[in-house]
Amino acid sequence: MSIGNVLSNDKRGMIELGAEKKVGWDEVTHGVVLHSFEDDATDVSTRKAEDRNYAQFNSYVATVASWRVIKPVYNRDICIDCQNCWVYCPDTSIISRDKQMLGIDYDHCKGCGVCVEVCPTNPKSLLMFAEAHNAEDALASWPEKKKKEEK
Amino acid sequence: MAQKYDLQEVEVWDGNYAASHALRQAQVDVVAAYPITPSTPIVENYGQFVADGYVDGEFVMVESEHAAMSGCVGAAAAGGRVATATSSQGFALMVEVLYQASGMRLPIVLNVVNRALASPLNVRGDHSDMYLGRDSGWIMLDAFNAQEAYDMNLCAFRVGEHMDIRLPVMVNQDGFITSHTAQNVRPLSDEDAYKFVGEYVPVEEMLDFSRPVTYGAQTEEDWHFEHKARQHKALIDARPVIESVFAEFEKVSGRKYNRVESYMTDDAEVIIVALGTTVESARVAAQYLRDNEGIKAGVVAPRVIRPFPFDAIRTALENCKAIGAMDRSAPGGALGMLFNEISAAVYTTASRPLVTNYIYGLGGRDLTMEQIKDIFRDLKKNADAGHITTKIQQFVGLRGPKLEFFETRRS
Repeated sequence: MSIGNVLSNDKRGMIELGAEKKVGWDEVTHGVVLHSFEDDATDVSTRKAEDRNYAQFNSYVATVASWRVIKPVYNRDICIDCQNCWVYCPDTSIISRDKQMLGIDYDHCKGCGVCVEVCPTNPKSLLMFAEAHNAEDALASWPEKKKKEEK
Repeated sequence: MAQKYDLQEVEVWDGNYAASHALRQAQVDVVAAYPITPSTPIVENYGQFVADGYVDGEFVMVESEHAAMSGCVGAAAAGGRVATATSSQGFALMVEVLYQASGMRLPIVLNVVNRALASPLNVRGDHSDMYLGRDSGWIMLDAFNAQEAYDMNLCAFRVGEHMDIRLPVMVNQDGFITSHTAQNVRPLSDEDAYKFVGEYVPVEEMLDFSRPVTYGAQTEEDWHFEHKARQHKALIDARPVIESVFAEFEKVSGRKYNRVESYMTDDAEVIIVALGTTVESARVAAQYLRDNEGIKAGVVAPRVIRPFPFDAIRTALENCKAIGAMDRSAPGGALGMLFNEISAAVYTTASRPLVTNYIYGLGGRDLTMEQIKDIFRDLKKNADAGHITTKIQQFVGLRGPKLEFFETRRS
């Protein structure tokens, strides 16, 4: 499975935050209560994100990519699929399926760098680059394995 | 199953105990409380009812009033019937969460046993806490005695939980004068009371796992205004629903309540508008002046403070000549709340009665029968002269030189 398959039929990041349809005072929800899903969500925890019927005001459907100034870039060639980044990401922005790391959810990643910090490989499988930095250039300039320092 | 509590036809209860029994009969699911004088016995007695098996519900002891109202918000959002009680400083500490409760449209019932606000520290009754809450988006009912403290609590659940309203409700009663004075109270039986209040019907409850919901979302300039407008409309539109609940309560109790209570106003030339126990004192004074001095005196009192009965109070007042608005709260550099709101209402009538403002009773200072009579006599002078003959705002029962402010500009 690739990240493209996960994102293809998905509501993730469909709209810019704040670009949702505006309605008048007579149509806003009672008590500012926001529903997370469009339909019965009893078994939602057994479904993958791309198979959930997220509602309009669920933050999942909004993109906040513009909040980020630096981004993590993922290097598949080095990653050992340990899932550390998936566990530690504070915004569930690491996309993983069947314990295989697929990539970054750039619609919700804020660029905090925690994934890079907790990555145990040498060199790291995730590194931070400027938001405008091309991912291919980033992968081409990936650092070499560091030798252990002499004691 | 909660045990039934055997009640006499007439019980001798103070306002606090009356409120406790009303909460017990409503079978509240969660009471989260932090006791404070003079409201302490409400939750203390309620805790006893829970311990003795008279309530199938949770009593949550918390670390502050902020936490008490937060617990109430959580429990109400989860889908339970919720109530608590507080006064004064505790009420002040709750204020932030009061706005959360009304914005989230949670029908919590809060007993406010009215007490002054520090500084200086004071445990006695005035209406400072009541006034502090007046823009919080809650429905506010006012009880003038222990019987009404009981009755208003039962009505509060019906009003707040009504599907067309879904707003939190405060039941105000005067600290000590009502809350600690034992009076005859005629309660409903447990069955009749619960039948009147009804089974709690949750709305958008968080414990419905098939429909997960977010409470307390953030809205900025793009959504906030619409939500607050809808909330305000729900409050304003609560007026006829409150009247229908009062009408149903009359059927089960024989006691009739109105959004605005009027006493001896049919032919009244001069009217005192007041809240709390002062209403009963003013009625006695008005009757005395009618019997002994030929002054056609009457009394008007908002039973429902919010939504403010702009319509009903205008109707109650528009045929008199002079009105004394009695505010039992330090006005903080303005005219009193009742004065301001009543003046605005009667200004939209053709008759435009003369309105003056009396600040009295702060920190539990007694208001004597003679002082109330003097206010009526002032009003009579205004009515006869056709203009305000005194300063517009006067302090009553205050030691020292007469404190009074502002006069009518007549040229």
